[in-house]
Amino acid sequence: MDRFDTHVHDVVVVGAGGAGLRAAIESATMGQKTAVICKSLLGKAHTVMAEGGVAAALSNADARDNWMVHFRDTMRGSKHLADYRMAVHHAKEAPARVRELEMWGAVFDRTKDGWINQRNFGGHTYPRLAHVGDRTGLEIIRTLQDKAVHTPGLEVFMELTVVKLFKSKDGKVGAALAYERATGRFHLFKAKAFVLATGGVGKAFRITSNSWEYTGDGMGIAYEAGADLLGMEFVQFHPTGMVWPPSVKGILVTEGVRGEGGILRNTKGERFMFRYVPEMFKGEFAETEEEAARWLAGDKNARRPPELLTRDVVARAIMAEVKSGRGTPRGGVYLDISWREADYVRAKLPSMYHQFKELAGVDITKEPMEVGPTMHYIMGGIRVDPDTEMTNVPGLFAAGECAAGLHGANRLGGNSLSDLLVFGQRAGAGAASYARGLPSTPEVDPAEVYAAVAHALEPFDRATGESPFAVMDALQEIMQANAGMVRFRDELEHAAKEIEALRHRAAKVRVAGTREFNPGWHVAMDLPNLLVASEAIALSALAREESRGGHTRGDFTDADEEKWGKTWVVCRRENGRMKVVLEPVVPMPADLKAIVSGKAEDVATKKEASA
Amino acid sequence: MSTDVTVKEMVARGEGSAVPAQVIRKQMAHLRVRRGGPDGTQLEDFHVEVEEGMVVLDAVHRIQATEAPDLACRWNCKAGKCGSCSAEVNGEPRLMCMTRLSDLPEGPVVVEPVKTFPLVKDLVTDVSWNYRVNKKVQPFTPREMTAEEKAKGEFNMKQADIDRVQEFRKCIECFLCQNVCHVLRDHHREDAFYGPRFMIRMASLEMHPKDGADRIPALAGEAGVGMCNITKCCTEVCPEHIRITDNGIIPLKERVADRHWDPVRWMIGKLGGK
Repeated sequence: MDRFDTHVHDVVVVGAGGAGLRAAIESATMGQKTAVICKSLLGKAHTVMAEGGVAAALSNADARDNWMVHFRDTMRGSKHLADYRMAVHHAKEAPARVRELEMWGAVFDRTKDGWINQRNFGGHTYPRLAHVGDRTGLEIIRTLQDKAVHTPGLEVFMELTVVKLFKSKDGKVGAALAYERATGRFHLFKAKAFVLATGGVGKAFRITSNSWEYTGDGMGIAYEAGADLLGMEFVQFHPTGMVWPPSVKGILVTEGVRGEGGILRNTKGERFMFRYVPEMFKGEFAETEEEAARWLAGDKNARRPPELLTRDVVARAIMAEVKSGRGTPRGGVYLDISWREADYVRAKLPSMYHQFKELAGVDITKEPMEVGPTMHYIMGGIRVDPDTEMTNVPGLFAAGECAAGLHGANRLGGNSLSDLLVFGQRAGAGAASYARGLPSTPEVDPAEVYAAVAHALEPFDRATGESPFAVMDALQEIMQANAGMVRFRDELEHAAKEIEALRHRAAKVRVAGTREFNPGWHVAMDLPNLLVASEAIALSALAREESRGGHTRGDFTDADEEKWGKTWVVCRRENGRMKVVLEPVVPMPADLKAIVSGKAEDVATKKEASA
Repeated sequence: MSTDVTVKEMVARGEGSAVPAQVIRKQMAHLRVRRGGPDGTQLEDFHVEVEEGMVVLDAVHRIQATEAPDLACRWNCKAGKCGSCSAEVNGEPRLMCMTRLSDLPEGPVVVEPVKTFPLVKDLVTDVSWNYRVNKKVQPFTPREMTAEEKAKGEFNMKQADIDRVQEFRKCIECFLCQNVCHVLRDHHREDAFYGPRFMIRMASLEMHPKDGADRIPALAGEAGVGMCNITKCCTEVCPEHIRITDNGIIPLKERVADRHWDPVRWMIGKLGGK
């Protein structure tokens, strides 16, 4: 007797955030019968939390902007480890992807002339982020959600979690096993191509802006299926998370606050970011408060305030201030937007206003916010082909945060929403084309599926064993303490050893109750993926003996351009163990190299200057 | 601190409810959570340690991590942005993530699932009806672009002309408005009324300056805007403070009435870009 329901599609997309929905829309529009499977209700995915905006060189807010400047900013922000081919696609295609959303009903904030408005953000030379107040992610997900449910040939399966992929004898992915959260019933999805769009792995850390869904599912199941993980050492700690009260520690405070003129100060009242401009960005930032104020007022000859340096730089600066005793007793610094008019703040940052008012009792139009770094994003992930987004496993594709390549060592704010749209579309097209070319669905071995179902149910059968929540809690403690913002060899080795021990504990957890909507069981099923991603983070961080972007080694504090500036770290499964492999970065052609190493003005659109 | 330990120990031994009330009030919160499924429910008592600033959802998480790992509840962002953790706290429809324990009156905090939708388990209800309704709403139907717009690939819209639509688009689909709507909650007329959420959805399309579809027949017919009797309960519970009735439903009612009683005025309004 079957212990699962079977569904047959051409393309199955796992995840219904921005990347997953955009992929599914593309695949269904190309005539492929497409399923989207998501862990939550539709429209609740992590994309909904994106606040600041979507980066695209529309050149509405500043006519000097174009794809080359966006490409240059992305490569420099990535500390030269982004895959240049992805960065080119991204910079060139983002404007079309944003404008297409408008055709699907998105309503972005407008410029005075009535076009899509754009705001400033860290690392972007010109105001580039299309936005809707500070709820841009909600606008994007709602637009894609409505487009998706009205796209023929697209079917949505809500509140199902995918736990495993199965391959045919010749190595092609042909099926995925999922369980229904409400009932605990299993479902087998057969298809010719699968797109993973499962997001990141914030739940491996204690202090994070990420939700429960971020358990590294895509990375875990792709790795188990033989896919490479790339750049997993690069974890982004967002500089501004809430630090008080304790129950909200880590919740995101949008970079949009700084984009709108928010000022960072330590407890001595110093605007400390002026002291932290790295060599690479010298000369591009204001040197006095007066110049920063002029820039904000729209003076095109003034340089941007140092609060708008890239996230890795700002996060490290805040940490340094706190460690030097100039932070608040709760371990943060002050972010102040209260100098702007109250009405302006409420209009531009409405959800920040409510978030602080309701959760912390702070009125941000009157007093500063207290902020500190929070784990926010992982630049690393599943390695994909830059054009089609296929992994090294035939039939398996990935896009969005769970994929790697676009952001290198550090992601620019706003480049995530554009990443989802650009590479979601490409992955959908890649998967649909691949599926079209395949005469039949790859056959998988039913015995493997039955074994996976039995394995998933084991936690219910154990008479003794600890709670899955206890194992997740222990993992968060270990990762936060040993693989956080500043890493050392001995701590990373300790983390790797502890993760191995946790894997044994995770294999013996016990779940009480029934299979119906049982969060304990859900966590038990998430643990293997969390552990794969965590191990990859620890081992990759151990391998990279330098500091770059989101990866800071306390024992190798400098960047090593000669070796590590040209090297990618890859994790892959070999004989049941995780192996770390070093590979050379794909070198850029000379014309693109010139764009990246030259000045922004050299590639900026010139007609403005003569006007 | 010694009382602290004692309380913890007592709770660990399952004697939470036997702890003297005045001790609990200092360090612990008393939650009464409705548990069970379609076959029957009961209130279960839990005592959890309280930290400053804690919200109801934190307390529920703490219960999951300690006493009841199988306690079912939905949540995602824990910051009031996703609308997943709707529940009735002391009888009031709220987002659990935005309800601070310290803002609630003393005494036990009763946490129950929203009442209008069928119960799945504990605090989780079956809200799939809403997704079926959404599918019935005609999606955004763009008008022909002007030559200038075509050249740019964007619509030209003044901020002042989209402010109202943007207010409606703040909706996080927590469905609390659906939960308190009398038509749905008391009379279960899901057959005759889409509910406030989808009035707002339709308003966001109907009032979009670049939408070219005619939604008046649907509003007057299957969507049932006439069913709303303007008690404004939906507006009161909206965590996004959308003025559902005043800015959404009433203007939609007016548009339906205009069409019925004054088609010429309606046509002039339509030609003028709504």
